Amino acid sequence: MIEVKELTKRFGTTVAVRNVSFSVPAGQVLGFLGPNGAGKTTTMRILTGFIPADSGSASVGGFDIYTQSLDVRKKIGYLPENAPLYHDMDLPDFLQFIATVRKIPKNKRQKAIDKMVQTCGLESVLFKKIGELSKGFRQRVGLAQAMIHDPDILVLDEPTSGLDPNQIVEIRELIRQLGKEKTVILSTHILQEVTATCDRILIINDGKLVADGTPDNLAAQAAGDAILWCTLKAPADQLKTEISRMTFVKTIHYWKENGDRVRLGLRCAPGEDINERLFHLAVDKEWILLELHWETASLEDVFARLTT
Amino acid sequence: MNDIVAITKREFRAYFDSPIAYVFMTVFLVLTGWLFYKGFFISDTASIRMFFSLLPWVFLFFIPAVTMRLWSEEKKLGTMELLMTLPLRDIDVVIGKFTAAFLFLTSTVILTFPLVISVNKLGNPDPGPIIGGYIGAILMGGAYLAIGMFASSLTENQITSFILGVVMCFILFIIGEIFVLMAVPYSIVPLLKFLGLGSHFESIGRGVLDSRDLLYYLSVIVFFLFLNIRSLESRQWK
Repeated sequence: MIEVKELTKRFGTTVAVRNVSFSVPAGQVLGFLGPNGAGKTTTMRILTGFIPADSGSASVGGFDIYTQSLDVRKKIGYLPENAPLYHDMDLPDFLQFIATVRKIPKNKRQKAIDKMVQTCGLESVLFKKIGELSKGFRQRVGLAQAMIHDPDILVLDEPTSGLDPNQIVEIRELIRQLGKEKTVILSTHILQEVTATCDRILIINDGKLVADGTPDNLAAQAAGDAILWCTLKAPADQLKTEISRMTFVKTIHYWKENGDRVRLGLRCAPGEDINERLFHLAVDKEWILLELHWETASLEDVFARLTT
Repeated sequence: MNDIVAITKREFRAYFDSPIAYVFMTVFLVLTGWLFYKGFFISDTASIRMFFSLLPWVFLFFIPAVTMRLWSEEKKLGTMELLMTLPLRDIDVVIGKFTAAFLFLTSTVILTFPLVISVNKLGNPDPGPIIGGYIGAILMGGAYLAIGMFASSLTENQITSFILGVVMCFILFIIGEIFVLMAVPYSIVPLLKFLGLGSHFESIGRGVLDSRDLLYYLSVIVFFLFLNIRSLESRQWK
């Protein structure tokens, strides 16, 4: 559905996007993840035809984004960052305007508008000026405007920014529903968002793609260095010598003595049954084992490792 | 075509959705009315020519105020991104915005009809120059609008866009004026006289609708709308 090949975009001397390539099959929900200023928005602006790339090519739904820009724009519903809207307009007039330029037939326009008002929960603000709406409602109006023509592809730049927690849950649910039949690209820097909504994650940092995979997949990649947490009632010096004999312990990540207790975190190579060994060690020495668990690497770890 | 109508409708409404339209119309009508009547009773002639001779100067400041928001506001609010990612052709957007501003200006100029009525009550003026004057005024206004709108496409700051619009209109207006023509080499006088906005208005104001004048105004409009489209496209230049 979307093919991106070696896109590069410079602003002056800074390179916003460098050599980014990826493709998105139909029906996938793709999460664009990255710290602020990583190039998420720039990539989306290039795909939606707002700004050109310096080099590279891209096609959306089989149409080239430069030579067939109009066809591309017809296929896409786009929510720009911060949902820019005409503040002086009344909400129904605005949706009417969008429905008209989106070429929704006259007899179906009102129906499409009503559907969007319902889907995005805009009933209570229907007769207000857009400028009078709160940030969260403007965001919803932005979503309504992006979806009104039932596009095959949705490009959403930070769709949940400025929403309250309940609304965030609603919008994520909505995106997941849409993702069943549509191709969605959304950008965010909130990690739970991608785990909650996306089939696939692209992590972008400093304009470069640094990771590509499903949320579980990426988390598994980071599991390489898992940490085993345990608390023992044991003499600290004896414990330390025992631990240092265990070859699969890479480093002692954390060590704290508190009275007769020691809490420690061990960074270990994967695949070793170190928790079992620790248990036997405690039994042999008659130490009391108070805590023993693996800290599995999460998306946060992947993100932190790849983007710092 | 539907796109142009949709844009025109939105832009025209936008004037009335904010206070701009009302402030603009009131100030324009009060100012032109006052300037006109001030000289009207002294001159003791039932003619409206005074009014038309004022217009180029009044327009100079009023029309950039009409056009300054057309692009600058879109850029400032970020709605440019919304508008330019909708499936609309640049040329349709430009024509739509221009048409909206043109309709707004036309309705404002038409609202000066009380002047015509009062002149008609007090004397018996020839209707030819009045009709010609209105047509000329609206065409000249259109040329100013196209220039002002182009100025607006160059900046995201409305004040800058206003000043730029005034300066550009002023230059095009003044190069055909007599005091400039006296100062330049004789060989380029006809050229400047032809390019000047004002000299074409004088003949129309006298009631002479010359096709060369009409053609001139239409060319200025088309030329600046073309520049406007190019300036929009410039975001796509690599």
